[in-house]
Amino acid sequence: MRVSLFITCYNDTLFPNTGKAVVRVLERLGHSVDFPKGQTCCGQMHYNTGYQTEAMPLLERFVEQFRQSEVVVVPSSSCVAMMRDHYPLMATQIARKNGRTELVREVEALLPRIYEFSEFLTQKLGLEDVGAYFPHRVTYHASCHGLRNLQLGDGPKQLLQNVRGIDLVPLIGLEQCCGFGGTFAIKNADVSSAMLAEKLDGVLNTQAEVCTACDNSCLMHIQGALHRQQTGVRTLHLAEILASDEAGMQ
Amino acid sequence: MSRHALDPRTAATFPIAAHALLGDSQLRSNVRHATDVIQNKRGMVVDEMPDWQELRESGKRLREHTMQHLDFYLEQFERNCIAAGGVVHWARDAEEARTIVVKLAKAANASEVIKIKSMTTEEIFLNPALSAAGIVPFETDLAELIIQLGGDQPSHIVVPALHKNRQQIRDLFMREMNLPELGHTPEALADAARLYLRHKFLTVPTAVSGANFLIAETGGVCVVESEGNGRMCLTLPETLITIAGIDKVIPRFQDLEVLLQLLPRSATGERMNPYNSIWTGVYPGDGPKNFHVVLLDNARTEILADTEGRQTLHCIRCGACQNACPVYRQTGGHAYGSVYAGPIGAILTPQLQQMHHAQSLPYASSLCGACYEVCPVKINIPEVLIHLRNKVVVQNGPITPEALAMRTMASIFRSERRFRAAQRLGRIAELPLVRKDARGVGWISWLPGPLGGWTQVRDLQAMPNQTFRDWFENRATPEGGGDGV
Repeated sequence: MRVSLFITCYNDTLFPNTGKAVVRVLERLGHSVDFPKGQTCCGQMHYNTGYQTEAMPLLERFVEQFRQSEVVVVPSSSCVAMMRDHYPLMATQIARKNGRTELVREVEALLPRIYEFSEFLTQKLGLEDVGAYFPHRVTYHASCHGLRNLQLGDGPKQLLQNVRGIDLVPLIGLEQCCGFGGTFAIKNADVSSAMLAEKLDGVLNTQAEVCTACDNSCLMHIQGALHRQQTGVRTLHLAEILASDEAGMQ
Repeated sequence: MSRHALDPRTAATFPIAAHALLGDSQLRSNVRHATDVIQNKRGMVVDEMPDWQELRESGKRLREHTMQHLDFYLEQFERNCIAAGGVVHWARDAEEARTIVVKLAKAANASEVIKIKSMTTEEIFLNPALSAAGIVPFETDLAELIIQLGGDQPSHIVVPALHKNRQQIRDLFMREMNLPELGHTPEALADAARLYLRHKFLTVPTAVSGANFLIAETGGVCVVESEGNGRMCLTLPETLITIAGIDKVIPRFQDLEVLLQLLPRSATGERMNPYNSIWTGVYPGDGPKNFHVVLLDNARTEILADTEGRQTLHCIRCGACQNACPVYRQTGGHAYGSVYAGPIGAILTPQLQQMHHAQSLPYASSLCGACYEVCPVKINIPEVLIHLRNKVVVQNGPITPEALAMRTMASIFRSERRFRAAQRLGRIAELPLVRKDARGVGWISWLPGPLGGWTQVRDLQAMPNQTFRDWFENRATPEGGGDGV
């Protein structure tokens, strides 16, 4: 299958290893990956902070970049949730303004071909074992958008359970938000910190070496405190664990 | 705490109020414990329902339909209530509602009134208005009694004294009821409250209540409660004054079948409320002889007119979103500066204020969606929060530092060239802030201005030397490139 990768703006800039890992896993499974050059951002930060007007052109840009794609894989639940939950209404609003009614149809046609990374593996490809090897103690944090908006359920956990050598420890309070919430972490820094402290207790109680998730945004948040407190616990995107095999480790 | 502490017009912004409350470890442990207990109970009685999702969908449609035809059902309620012997009053806003209630209480020669728990009366600041008119209000709901005796404010719409623990309540009762001795058990505390209240039930002839539902088809009013104190207020007095938001109306008696399953399971984790009272008009020789309903608008029609905000009015006040909210769980209810706290408060309060106050509330959420997941009538609270954030942004205008930053970012994202330039520039700009750790990884532990909120308790990993797109473009072959991982 020819997979178009939407890396997302912050993975591109801050977490290139996640993108490399996605490419590695997909190519190992025999798929080819292309990267539409003009891609930037899905508009989530603007939209969720109240800057709807600014988010609109980013939708148009995304559709322009990916309308030809067979499938689009995105290593971020929150960006996929942004598209699924808000793009249809946004497209209608844009069409109402500039008469581009075909945009509504394009969004409608494109959305079913967009997958979050783990979702692509488990639901589109029907895989649970992607041939990974990662001999470490790991705990999985279900990001809110993956858990509630995308209903990823046990998909990511099944992928992890089939990693050879892994010691997967359940996280208490799995369904609790880590407190990131985009600009929430800045605008309500104190409450966000309090939520993060609770999440960190959970992570540290597992005595895991690595905390993983399908969202680097949550992981950046959790990692920030793990590093500040010098816990020695690392964070890794799920793709980076699945990309690891006997030949190469993250 | 002053009586008007929960006035959204004068309350501190959410971040400021939250900052203060986060320092109260006793309060936080009380809130965490109470919300955990209620959430677990809710979980059990919801999981046992095979058709819970269908019930939620029915509840949603029922409320949607009602709001679409609110004018019709309100007038139907009015007609049927009057036909049954009730008197219906319409109040445009809080002030009108207060004036009507005070006038009715005075007409009944009341010097005291007994009250059933009602968040609507808290919304319109009825108690201070009654007191100012020389009429003493007595709260009879146990939690509201605790709030009133302590000069405190409700922090939860179902469990207003949720932020207090048993020991604090015992101390309060001993002090305020002049009890030299008092046991520690819930039974002992309930006994003390019962003795304190019983005399009021038997001697005060005027009562004020809220309403859970107004039944258009019959003109009946429904209140659900746990203690039976409400039942006392509804049956013993001569005069009963009920205040309800216009959003409380439901079309048919039969609709209670859905709502009285959804509400108790979501609110208190009970299959059924211990006391479900429905009263319709007046009957000779039984119950109050004078029955008044005050229908309160107070900006609800403005909410109704906003198609995206309208679902806020579907709320049946179960409080499940408060218990599930990770933000509420940390701060408790007082941080929201309104009697309506938690996620529902974050969308209801700013709209009740017609966006003139409480603009920080739509941002008091990480948009985690836990509220939407538990809402018995499927109010998409995150969606409404985003809608209200947009209103705040439009209201604040284009010249704020945030708006300028957001527009700059948006402009960067509209061009691949500008995006690449910004990525390079970011790496240079952050250099002075980056410190390498023992493994040679760069970290930022201090950020300027508003971004400093991040580095209060978190570090930020420095930007890697190469973006993903640069790596992808430069890798030799699709197969070979992966080795660089």
